[in-house]
Amino acid sequence: MATEANGAETGGLVFHPMDQFIVKPLFGDGPIGMFTLTNATLWLALTVLAVVALMVLGTSRRAIVPTRSQSVGELAYGFVYKMVEDVTGKDGVKYFPYIMSLFMFVVMANFLGLLPMSFATTSHFAVTVVLALAVFLTVTVLGFIKNGVGFLGLFWVSSAPLALRPVLAIIELISYFVRPVSHSIRLAGNVMAGHAVIKVFAGFAALAVISPLSIVAITAMYGLEILVAFIQAYVFTILTCVYLKDALHPGH
Amino acid sequence: MATETHSAAGNGLADAAGVDGHELATAGPGMPQLDFSTWGNQIFWLLVALVVIYFVLSRVALPRIAAVLAERHGTITNDIARADDLKRQATEAEAAYEQALKDARAEAQAISQRTRDEIKVQVAEATAEADARIAVKSGEADKAVADIRATAMENVEVVAKDTAEALVAALGGSADATAISDAVNNRMKG
Repeated sequence: MATEANGAETGGLVFHPMDQFIVKPLFGDGPIGMFTLTNATLWLALTVLAVVALMVLGTSRRAIVPTRSQSVGELAYGFVYKMVEDVTGKDGVKYFPYIMSLFMFVVMANFLGLLPMSFATTSHFAVTVVLALAVFLTVTVLGFIKNGVGFLGLFWVSSAPLALRPVLAIIELISYFVRPVSHSIRLAGNVMAGHAVIKVFAGFAALAVISPLSIVAITAMYGLEILVAFIQAYVFTILTCVYLKDALHPGH
Repeated sequence: MATETHSAAGNGLADAAGVDGHELATAGPGMPQLDFSTWGNQIFWLLVALVVIYFVLSRVALPRIAAVLAERHGTITNDIARADDLKRQATEAEAAYEQALKDARAEAQAISQRTRDEIKVQVAEATAEADARIAVKSGEADKAVADIRATAMENVEVVAKDTAEALVAALGGSADATAISDAVNNRMKG
């Protein structure tokens, strides 16, 4: 890589915390087209494989007394199922496969992104924006199909004084359209920031004096990132459930 | 270099991010996330991945896990029901055992009571029989004694007459038998 050679030339501390997010073709140096196999493609595929390994291969024995992998699969199932049921109610349960797919993708992508030398697909806005927009569009369309014009009642706060309602309606409308933005930037931002911070600490390790501290800091950050990987997947999923609930029951 | 091909597009962003110009030439844009030329590629493969995950989960994994969980729930419910049943059976068996024990004890008591009564009756019967036999025997004995006494008195009379006759004869007299017997009878009455 030219960047590395450049770093070696200048000497001292070299920080390239964002280089880990560069999308590169897997084979050759050509331009990235729509269907080019890139490192992002590879790690998306590995995410799919990991989900399949856990949820399909892990449960293939259908044991009454579960094996370890089956236990984890069942735990994930129960976790998301309960979340969907608790937040959206009984009538939201039929959307459980969609939400489960989202959760499994995000949580697996987050954890795979923590492997050294890997590529964190969920650190890219391209990925999270698509996820968030998919949720936003689905939920909005679903809201209108289920409730018709009544879905607009979501923006009309009937418990507020009449004079305030138009103002509140504007605020509600803005907050509604900001949802996909915050939904996507929250996930990508958290993952990206954590990975970049680890890279910065790793850059400091070039100085022999600081390197022990740097390694301790990286370890601590890594532990935190494991937490963040799960929590962000959880937050993404539960927000999806909340938006779905708004679509199914738009009253305040 | 793929990054170099996009460096022109990323310059503005990199400047905003404060990356110095020297690095820019090689490192490309400050945030690869905002390199929109890769978005099409990422979005395409993301959609592929999501569709695959959705189909695998909804067609294979989720029904399977739901079935396993339902089966486990059923098994646990059945086992608990069976355990309750067994417990109930055990309680019943214990009650039956206790009842049997009580019955057996009562029966044993009845049998021993009955036996005792029977023995008492038998003893009473035997005693009565023995008493009767003793009474008969003692009656017979009394009679025998009376007989013996009577015969003894008769014998005394005969002996007295014979002796008197012999005495008379020895004294040289001759007496007829009737006189002697009258004299003896008078004497014996006296």
